[in-house]
Amino acid sequence: MAIDIAILGNPTSGVSTLFNQMTGGNMVRGRFSARNSAIKEGPVKAHKNVNAVELKGSYSLSAYTPDDLLNREILISEKPDVLINVIDATGFERSLYLTLQLMELEIPMVIALNMMDEVRNNDMDFDLLALEEELSIPVIPISASKNQGIHDLIHYALDVAKHKRVPKKIDFCSGHVHTAIHSIAHLIQEDAEKAELPLRFCCSKIVEGDEPTVRQLNLGDPEKEIISHIVTDMEQHLGTDCEAAMADMRYDFIQELSKKVVRRKSETTIEHDRSIRIDSILTHRIFAIPIFIGLMLLVFWLTFDSVGQWMCQELAQLIDQVTIVTDHALSNADISPALHSLIINGIFAGVGSVLSFIPRIAVLFFLLSLLEDSGYMPRVAFVMDKLLRKLGLSGRSIVPMLIGFGCSVPAIMATRSLPSKRDRYLTIALIPFMSCSAKLPIYAIFTTAFFTDNRVWVMSGIYLTGIVVSVVCALIFKHTIYKGDPVPFVLILPNYRIPTMKSVGVRVWENARGFIRKAFTIVFLATIVVWFLQNFDAGLNMVSNPNDSILAAIGKFASPVFAPLGFGDWRASTALITGMTAKEAVVSTLAVLTGAGEGVALSTMLSHIFTPLTAFVFMVFCLLYMPCVATMATIKKEMNGWRYAFGVMIFQTGIAWIVAFIFYRVGGLFV
Amino acid sequence: MRLDQLKKGHKAKITAVNGEAGLRRRLLDLGLTPNTVVMVRKAAPFGDPLIVSLRGFELSLRKMEAARVDVSELEGDFPSPSNPTVKKREVPHGN
Repeated sequence: MAIDIAILGNPTSGVSTLFNQMTGGNMVRGRFSARNSAIKEGPVKAHKNVNAVELKGSYSLSAYTPDDLLNREILISEKPDVLINVIDATGFERSLYLTLQLMELEIPMVIALNMMDEVRNNDMDFDLLALEEELSIPVIPISASKNQGIHDLIHYALDVAKHKRVPKKIDFCSGHVHTAIHSIAHLIQEDAEKAELPLRFCCSKIVEGDEPTVRQLNLGDPEKEIISHIVTDMEQHLGTDCEAAMADMRYDFIQELSKKVVRRKSETTIEHDRSIRIDSILTHRIFAIPIFIGLMLLVFWLTFDSVGQWMCQELAQLIDQVTIVTDHALSNADISPALHSLIINGIFAGVGSVLSFIPRIAVLFFLLSLLEDSGYMPRVAFVMDKLLRKLGLSGRSIVPMLIGFGCSVPAIMATRSLPSKRDRYLTIALIPFMSCSAKLPIYAIFTTAFFTDNRVWVMSGIYLTGIVVSVVCALIFKHTIYKGDPVPFVLILPNYRIPTMKSVGVRVWENARGFIRKAFTIVFLATIVVWFLQNFDAGLNMVSNPNDSILAAIGKFASPVFAPLGFGDWRASTALITGMTAKEAVVSTLAVLTGAGEGVALSTMLSHIFTPLTAFVFMVFCLLYMPCVATMATIKKEMNGWRYAFGVMIFQTGIAWIVAFIFYRVGGLFV
Repeated sequence: MRLDQLKKGHKAKITAVNGEAGLRRRLLDLGLTPNTVVMVRKAAPFGDPLIVSLRGFELSLRKMEAARVDVSELEGDFPSPSNPTVKKREVPHGN
């Protein structure tokens, strides 16, 4: 039997870092990740049949955000063998609030006291034995980023799992709350067993007035009445309400505990002071927004113009070499011309043109990960909140949107941290307008062909168009279907930290791997299908002129739709159709259809199909039209239904057509 | 007074947390419980949201939400926000 170790802690407490250290970044599909793809699962290094599961960072098990609720559902229903609760030792009190709730779940548990390097750095000291004794849980000091103590941690976790050592009940309540919890426990004991819910957890949640728990317990009316009587009675005695009373008592308990086990020389830490100094610049009243814009420009410049550009050229040359060598080898081998054409003009041209963009994607994700791991993203949310609120969004939406520049799929999954359904829907509808990295190859090819001298400006123009369109759409939505106020914006600003290369590396690799996989699956298939459709007619005879092919027939059928936009050529419309599978396929299709292969040759061929104006309009259409199948599937999953996904698809393609039409007509006046 | 009325750099003690259920739950979960000492650190470029310092960390919230927190301002030399004044209450063990 495999042992599943769930890892959970506050956001930025080091949960991901620990997961990466334990697994080396390897991931598998398992019963946890099957429930939700935002959950990571991977085999633990050097241990057979041991899986680590990274749950989403959370401050509480209250049903506040979808993430909180998901964690709780998974812990209760999937019952991991052991739970590692990661605690940020420098933020001991706040971390322990979650711990107290986790202990009620009756799951074997160990505590990983993380950031011990910072603790030493600040002359702080923990009485670990006293802490273990108070909580009746093993406490293992670690430093996840420095890979210290992790071996011990795994050892203890496995031991606790083996002996099924569940944390003891801790009574942090006194007086009336205590009495109330006891009375409720007697009352619902059988219901909790029937519903397979941990009793102690249910009692706390009922006192806190947590609706999902009450629903799951399926209580009868008489019981509900008694409970409400108990709670009202308690509230009257306390002179406050039960929710406040519970939070208050948890924090009181933590404070007492903290006094016993933590010794600190100073009220703050070096890292906290440093963080405040950095914030005095990065969230400065005047400089904050210019700095943010500057950083984003730097990210785009590094990705598109300098480093990314250079690396892509090198790789494209390498792919060219491989193609030439293979071409020669095939000629010498004397295989059938059809197969030869399929390999060189189909697969190599298509897949190769897409693969050569990997460096750019790696650079983009590297930079976005740096911004995220350093703690800068919550600051962006803070700085931009007021502006975004004018659009009916909250500052929190900015993080998924920035990730959207990398890939819509993780961006849409990142909206789970938004606490309201309305904000999530609105953000998800706008994310695809943030031009994703898969559209990069399209812009790169077209700007090389038509706008060599001012490619950065044209590129920025495209990205800006996406942002402007999303702003306009947000305003329309705000006054029509998504009326209402944005939800509360209560956000913890973690200390700035130097990102670990391991976490950043894992993130870059994850995304690059996804891109490569896509190149060899969807794009690969698409190129073969395109090649086939292009080389055969309806009677399945090989054609000498692509104009007679099946593909030309399909493209010509669709091309009247695009004629008013200036690119009525059947090859352009065909590329847009295959682009629905993955945006990279637009480039690979054009490469196959023009018979050009990647790089300069393709650029030359494109100038026969497009003018600079229609090239720009084509890019705008690519920017805005329906997202790829992977994104559609993610939207469907996150929004629980195809209805919404199809809504997004029709809405975006419509917007794309209208905006492209305006650009073409207005541009036509000047050119 | 309300937390949004507190001047930059000033400290106060929370007296009550109000607001609709979800917001209130969140504020309580993050440690804005009665008697906690808070300090307003700064405001964002357009004057909103605020950064409030409490229990040794920084929390960002809008003025609208800060208005739901009642505070009484502290004067003179009081303990810093990372060490809130604790009301004594016996914490029983076992049971």
